[in-house]
Amino acid sequence: MTASKPVVHRPREEWTGQVGFILAAIGSAVGLGNIWRFPGVAYENGGGAFLIPYLVALLTAGIPILFLDYAIGHRFRGSAPTAFRRLGGERARWLESLGWFQVAIAFVIGLYYTAVIAWALSYFVFSFDLRWGDDPAAFFTGEYLSTGSPGISLEFVPGVLIPLALVWVATIIVLAAGVAKGLQRVNVVFLPVLIVAFLILVVRALLLEGASSGLDALFTPDWSALANPDVWIAAYSQIFFSLSIAFGIMITYASYRRRRSNLTGPGLVVAFANSSFEILAGIGVFATIGFFAVQQGVSVAEVEGLTGVGLSFMTFPAIVSQMPGGAIFGCLFFGSLAMAGFTSLISVLQVVTAAVQEKFDLGRRAAALSVGGISAVLSILLFSTTTGLLALDVTDQWANNVGVVASAVLVTILVVWVLRRAAELRGHLNAVSTFQLGSIWVALVGVVAPVVLGYMLVQRIISLAIDGYSDMPGWYLLLFGWGTIAFILVAAVVLALLPWRRSPDEFIPWPPRALDTPPSRRKEASR
Amino acid sequence: MSTLAIVFLVLSILIVWGGLSASILYLRSHPERADYPPGGDEHYTPR
Repeated sequence: MTASKPVVHRPREEWTGQVGFILAAIGSAVGLGNIWRFPGVAYENGGGAFLIPYLVALLTAGIPILFLDYAIGHRFRGSAPTAFRRLGGERARWLESLGWFQVAIAFVIGLYYTAVIAWALSYFVFSFDLRWGDDPAAFFTGEYLSTGSPGISLEFVPGVLIPLALVWVATIIVLAAGVAKGLQRVNVVFLPVLIVAFLILVVRALLLEGASSGLDALFTPDWSALANPDVWIAAYSQIFFSLSIAFGIMITYASYRRRRSNLTGPGLVVAFANSSFEILAGIGVFATIGFFAVQQGVSVAEVEGLTGVGLSFMTFPAIVSQMPGGAIFGCLFFGSLAMAGFTSLISVLQVVTAAVQEKFDLGRRAAALSVGGISAVLSILLFSTTTGLLALDVTDQWANNVGVVASAVLVTILVVWVLRRAAELRGHLNAVSTFQLGSIWVALVGVVAPVVLGYMLVQRIISLAIDGYSDMPGWYLLLFGWGTIAFILVAAVVLALLPWRRSPDEFIPWPPRALDTPPSRRKEASR
Repeated sequence: MSTLAIVFLVLSILIVWGGLSASILYLRSHPERADYPPGGDEHYTPR
């Protein structure tokens, strides 16, 4: 090392241990999608028969990509840009831009994810006196959000602005408190509370009249669905979006584990915990919908609004109004939604904060304040106005279905095929973990993942380009949809070109390649 | 509720929650490796 610029080695922040990491990773994976997306997707794609493509997707894409993220973050010990830059090495420093691509996606998702949590908090309070009245759908878009026509409005809606600002303040405090005292502590408190609250909700739902007709609708298998490729794609995308993989979160979270720590064993727990929560949500949501169908004197098939914003903020309020003791049920549902969302939100924003902290050599608090501050202002400008709902819907469609899927395809192709590092990463996972991966893992992340996800990506881009989305005007989709993708691409290039305040390049991965598969394990690993 | 639906409800719970239980039990019995390669043992001390 030269005397001119001594490198001060600052040890990396860490989770307090294995359990802390597992809880934080489950908190990140279990989010809004588990509650409002899985039940409806399973119902529409074969019911009980959906279990088969779902499990296949979990084992062939979800868990393997989760392990890939863990390996990259843990071996190269950094936020996404740092880790990819180090992985690229001297010949491929440009790989840093792939990290910024992921950071930009996380930044965009953070802007609107906060808004949904703010809505859930409002509805938690509205549950006390069932404020949505007799027509919850009209209340949501009209009285609550004051939704206008597609456009850009600076007319703020105070009912959204206030909870949104509160969510941002809470988020900044958690990020500034750091990995162990902020992120981990929030998950250690909220995750058990979420599980207990949701279990009470499910038990209550099962006791409702008509619950069995809802479960009947959800679990009766429709075998013909298995012959439909769209059902398989739906399973892969559900698993993919639900696990918080491929946009930097698990890279960042794994980078805060001690070097000597087990990765794959905890990874299996996280993946199955996430799916377990989805099954639980499926039971709770469909038991409730069964009750609603019986009350309305219709069949479950005739109930509309079974996923997403419609399920949560239109269908569920209507059900709560008809239920004895509905106020408590409403509080449990919207409270669960807010908690599940918040523990995911902080993981999304940690991707951005960690990257900015490392690139610009900032302290943790400075990074949390600057990233949180800029995000809060943008989020409030875009999503607490009368056009918030439309902007959110369009941005979400593009950021997830184009941005995150493209990120996964790029990572798998660049890491496995262009830089040919799959063997090194597999060796890393096996050297530190108790659950050993065979060469099948390389085939899954190198072939199955890019083929399936690449197909999903191309299909979605074609459909968005030709058919548009939700009958919204073309200029609006260009601005908020394709504009989001353009923003992410520009950010990826520009941020990678900016100079580092403290070079991340003097880094030695551990264990060294020759040692990454100890002799005692070589036989086992080659199985 | 039809028998078929009940079978699939039970099957989903057994496989997915069973997977969770199995992975927790596996992790409990194999929490850490006994033979890490040398090195890599620096620790973070909060300032």
